[in-house]
Amino acid sequence: MAEQKASTSIEAVESGLAAQGYIASRQIATAVYLSQQIEKPILVEGPAGVGKTELAKAIAAWRGMKMIRLQCYEGLDEAKALYEWKYAKQLLYTQILKDKLGEVLGGAQTLHAALDQLHDFGDVFFSKEFVEPRPLLQALEQPGGCVLLIDEIDKSDAEFESLLLEILSDFQVTIPELGTVSAIAPPTVILTSNSERDLGDALKRRCLHLHIGFPEQRLEERIVESRVPGISQTLRRQMVGFIHEIRTLDLKKLPSVSETIDWARVLVLLQASELDTEIVKDTLNVLLKYEADIEAAAPQVTTFIAKAARSNVFG
Amino acid sequence: MRENLHRFFRAARGAGVHVSPAESIDAMRAVKQVGFSDRAILRDALLLTLAKSQDEKLALGDCFDLFFSQPEPKQDQPEADSDDNSSQDADLSPSSGPASQAGEGQPPEELGPLAQMLLSQDRNAIAAAIASASGAASLSDIRYSTQRGIFSSRILNAMGLQRLRDDLDVLTATNPALAERLRAALDALREAVRDTVSQGLALYAREEAENLRNEILRNAPLARIERRQVAEMRALIRQIARRLRERYSKPRKRQRRGHLDVRRTLRRNAAWGGVPFLTAWKRKHRDRPKIVALCDVSGSVAQVSDFFLLLIHSLHEVVDDVRSFAFSSHLIEVSDILETKSPEEAMADIMSKVGFGSSDYGSSLVDFEKEWMSTLTPQTTVIVLGDARSNNLDPRADILRRISERSKRLVWLNPEGRLAWGFGDSEMPRYATFCTVVRQCATAQQLERAVSDIVATYQ
Repeated sequence: MAEQKASTSIEAVESGLAAQGYIASRQIATAVYLSQQIEKPILVEGPAGVGKTELAKAIAAWRGMKMIRLQCYEGLDEAKALYEWKYAKQLLYTQILKDKLGEVLGGAQTLHAALDQLHDFGDVFFSKEFVEPRPLLQALEQPGGCVLLIDEIDKSDAEFESLLLEILSDFQVTIPELGTVSAIAPPTVILTSNSERDLGDALKRRCLHLHIGFPEQRLEERIVESRVPGISQTLRRQMVGFIHEIRTLDLKKLPSVSETIDWARVLVLLQASELDTEIVKDTLNVLLKYEADIEAAAPQVTTFIAKAARSNVFG
Repeated sequence: MRENLHRFFRAARGAGVHVSPAESIDAMRAVKQVGFSDRAILRDALLLTLAKSQDEKLALGDCFDLFFSQPEPKQDQPEADSDDNSSQDADLSPSSGPASQAGEGQPPEELGPLAQMLLSQDRNAIAAAIASASGAASLSDIRYSTQRGIFSSRILNAMGLQRLRDDLDVLTATNPALAERLRAALDALREAVRDTVSQGLALYAREEAENLRNEILRNAPLARIERRQVAEMRALIRQIARRLRERYSKPRKRQRRGHLDVRRTLRRNAAWGGVPFLTAWKRKHRDRPKIVALCDVSGSVAQVSDFFLLLIHSLHEVVDDVRSFAFSSHLIEVSDILETKSPEEAMADIMSKVGFGSSDYGSSLVDFEKEWMSTLTPQTTVIVLGDARSNNLDPRADILRRISERSKRLVWLNPEGRLAWGFGDSEMPRYATFCTVVRQCATAQQLERAVSDIVATYQ
């Protein structure tokens, strides 16, 4: 029965994401479902532009939760990712409260007594009031839960990974002055990586590992259909077929889903009814981002169009 | 079912996927959620929780398909998986006891359980029996292909082969036709068991076998590698290159705590009147790696130069500033070729341009001094890969001295053993005086160490 529930729930995830315009493969849906069930972050890897970040957005929209995004870069540290003390506010408050402090401490005879009294205030200046929550802490403090997107984790330093470990496994952070802050509702965490560097095993172990590659032809057609509704069916088939041919070439940067969608939009704008050599050559720069790639692909355009058209007839 | 999962984790480890206990717990929890009914979902769930990279996913996917193509052990055999051989034997011996007392001339019903199973041709039961017997014989411990025989016989014994033989003897006397059928069935059973063992070997022994082979290959002299091993060797060198790249491609930030950078601290704290809330520390300055590699591709080192070039190719990926040169009788720059082309193409290209000639270190060094001497700076490491056999031509060691003076380090990697240096036309002793380091570099392991040391000096 549990098994029955599982497959229907996975389908529910699939259709839920589809309602947000994100066509998920079975694997992606399974990952999302499992991450909810066993409360684990998902580490998404794959080439640029296959919809890693989109996935987080779609989950947030589908579940009606807030999305908190932490963009990683080299040099990102605790103060920018987790929390920071509001120094200026602390300083300002001590200035304003100077007289008050003087009054309170005035009764004390010796320095020692004054110090004791000061201790009684506790750590007034190191309380929640003075903490500036950054994305990670914000995510833990959302009462209704949220989707926390840690984008391009591979761009950050190796030390930053270790900072994440506590959050990823226990959904809590430790602030020395305040103690441990636990999540009110465990957030759904999505980490994305372009595999620019290998992530540490400790981080990987805490996550479900999802690899999103280039989608299959049918899936990509569905994606285009949902994203660019104005495009005709024949053109959609042809262009997706063409892109799949292009991906067989040895290029610096293969066109990914986001390029497919851009290209579909361009073709609709140019009111193309079907692919021909002229229009493809004119718009190749939408698809390929390097001059060398365009040069490599240009001579093949005619054959690829023919191939795409042929597979269209039989497909 | 839990047992099955455990065996799958072992198989996964055999396939080279690291499965830690924590990960196996995660996988268990995931499987509990999705259940076993839908194989595709089960596969996805295991791939998600266990495999942590694309390579691992492929390996684990294959492993999954192989593993679950096996029949699953029957559920109602409690002893089968939990205990060892002994319990299985204990399970069988009481049933064989009364049967043997029954004496000769008994009808088929009096046969042992295995014989009955074979005669009734109950495929499912047989498959289940094989699976549970292989569990009892701990097939998952198989490591080497030479163990296949012993595991086959262990499994057959666990299934009650002894009892079957007795039955056969009895039957040949009483019912020859039935005995014939039983014998044919036994042969089929042997084959099935052999297949199971082979599959087990593929599942559980892969890692061990690969490790062993790689270990041997790493320590084998590059010059004497057999043709069929060349492809494997290349893969191994590529692995080494990848490891080097992972280790060194991203410079680690090294802050030197303890030395306050006063200027930066003051500037950073200007906002709150110079009260130093934030401190800035001095950073250690590190040289960026600059490497110039000279690679001998002449006939005398032809077998090794392939690997040298492969390694230089990988150096290009690790270090930004590498210039590489290839020479036999004269020297050309090959940086562009190595940077733009795939290893195989690049090597073929270089070999066709300067390869296989007779080596002339003197004139090659002259070429280098004339054109590229100015590229050497006090930060440069110069690597020379070659055997220093110059066909009795002028070695021009004076140029090497000037190279050494201009650069940070001069490293010479020689594929020949120390014993051969200085004999015949080897000019190694003369060159060695100007080198910072001279190393023998004949096996893949030595090659890895040498390059790792060179890159490490810049970290």
